[in-house]
Amino acid sequence: MVHMKNVRKVYESSNTLALDGIDLTIEDGEFVFLVGPSGSGKTTIMKLITGEIRPTSGEIIVNDFDMSKIKRRKLPKMRRTLGVIFQDYRLIENMNVYDNVAFAMRVVGAANKDIKKRVPYILELVGLEGREKRMPNELSGGEQQRVAIARALVNNPRMIVADEPTGNLDPVRSLELMLLFEKINEMGTTVMVVTHEKELVNAFSKRVITIDGGNLISDGMDGYYSYEIE
Amino acid sequence: MGITAMRLSRYSYLIREGFRSIFTHGFMSFASVTIIMACLIIMGSVSLLSVNIDALIKDLENENEIVAFVDEEIKDEAEAAAMQSSIEAVPNVASVTFVSRDDAMDRFMSQYDEDFGVGIDADVFRHRFVIQLADIALMSNTKADLEAVPGVAKVNAHLEYASFFVTVRNIVSVVSLVLIVILVFVSVFIMSNTIKLATFGRREEIAIMKMVGASNGFIRLPFVVEGLVLGILGGGLAFVAEWGVYSLISSRLVSGLAGSFISVVPFSSVAMPVFIVYMATGIMVGAFGGVNAIRNYLKV
Repeated sequence: MVHMKNVRKVYESSNTLALDGIDLTIEDGEFVFLVGPSGSGKTTIMKLITGEIRPTSGEIIVNDFDMSKIKRRKLPKMRRTLGVIFQDYRLIENMNVYDNVAFAMRVVGAANKDIKKRVPYILELVGLEGREKRMPNELSGGEQQRVAIARALVNNPRMIVADEPTGNLDPVRSLELMLLFEKINEMGTTVMVVTHEKELVNAFSKRVITIDGGNLISDGMDGYYSYEIE
Repeated sequence: MGITAMRLSRYSYLIREGFRSIFTHGFMSFASVTIIMACLIIMGSVSLLSVNIDALIKDLENENEIVAFVDEEIKDEAEAAAMQSSIEAVPNVASVTFVSRDDAMDRFMSQYDEDFGVGIDADVFRHRFVIQLADIALMSNTKADLEAVPGVAKVNAHLEYASFFVTVRNIVSVVSLVLIVILVFVSVFIMSNTIKLATFGRREEIAIMKMVGASNGFIRLPFVVEGLVLGILGGGLAFVAEWGVYSLISSRLVSGLAGSFISVVPFSSVAMPVFIVYMATGIMVGAFGGVNAIRNYLKV
């Protein structure tokens, strides 16, 4: 669950107002698209949710953690409730597919026995069975993004946050990936996808939150850019 | 599986990761070990040079004897020799050798042609004591003490040589200490930067670890293991290299022309302290370097 109340973010180094009083709630089990043009504040919202940055003012609660007050040593515990996916996959290049996924379980101190049981199950869920020994550079973009999704899912997070996950993929792979997110959401995980791909968003009847100039422009089920951005 | 077993499997994984990382980042590992080795060898060589200069000066000091002449009134050799115990009792006297007037004449004559000394009588010479001091810096005081011994007529001491040696020894001590301190700082700076460079390429990996919820301790441990192993390797190899180079140079010096007037401190007598210092420095630099290098990446 994400709850934002009057959140402002000013980047002091460049004196840029990135978010100007955002109010937003994403309930557990929801599937949400966060859309908006470049520089609108989408990435800032994502970074606030993952704890990479803190708000200048306002209140943010993510999975019961108060992100405006959270202590640095508590951040790992909070991040384990999230599965984060990036446009550029961010896999560890010198680890094979299995280890890239197992690694996320090792981080939380999982036992080898559990890792051996869970990782093959997740790899099968994302359609990567038989690819365990491959290195990231031996995989296509779509496959690499599936590894990233498997890594995000393996610890059974409460919420998946994906930042432009289809940015480097062709339309067919993008659609497949979105169907995978839909499947994950149907299993009970909250999903938030940050994107600017209109066709993709409109192919699914989901909640769409539009951000522009640091403000929330629209929030509803009417598809992408129900509000015309100039 | 219990919590203890879980922790064990986690630690063994992190330690294995540390070792694995040495090989996966082969070139940077090689660079780190080489830098640690080079810095230790330079520091060690300067220290060993200073140890040898110090030993050399001590040898030269020992050759700087002082001579106490017995009063001419005491002609009897046994009576003169009996003064030895009083001379030995003087503070700062390390060793005393009695030289009778006959021995003194023999020594004198041996330095000249056979014909030169014809007709010289041993009575011309005095009985004497050849004395070596524990610390030549106190030569002036000891000379005065010896002159106060009953039966001693005169004391010959090269005070100017003594003060020269003391000055040289002090300069060598200060210069080598300053050099070593500078080299320690330079080495730590170079080593820490090499490790920083080695970890710079891995900031992405650290960022990924942070994003999946790794604690700082979890991220740090493999780096500490890696740093420790590289430090031990660097320290150990530097010790072996120092041993080889030192033995080679000292054997060349001893067998060559310099051997007639220079004696070299054998490596075996300094091996243990050198080994301990090299290993301790390697371990400290490796472990702290590893932790320090990733500190900035852990703040995200």
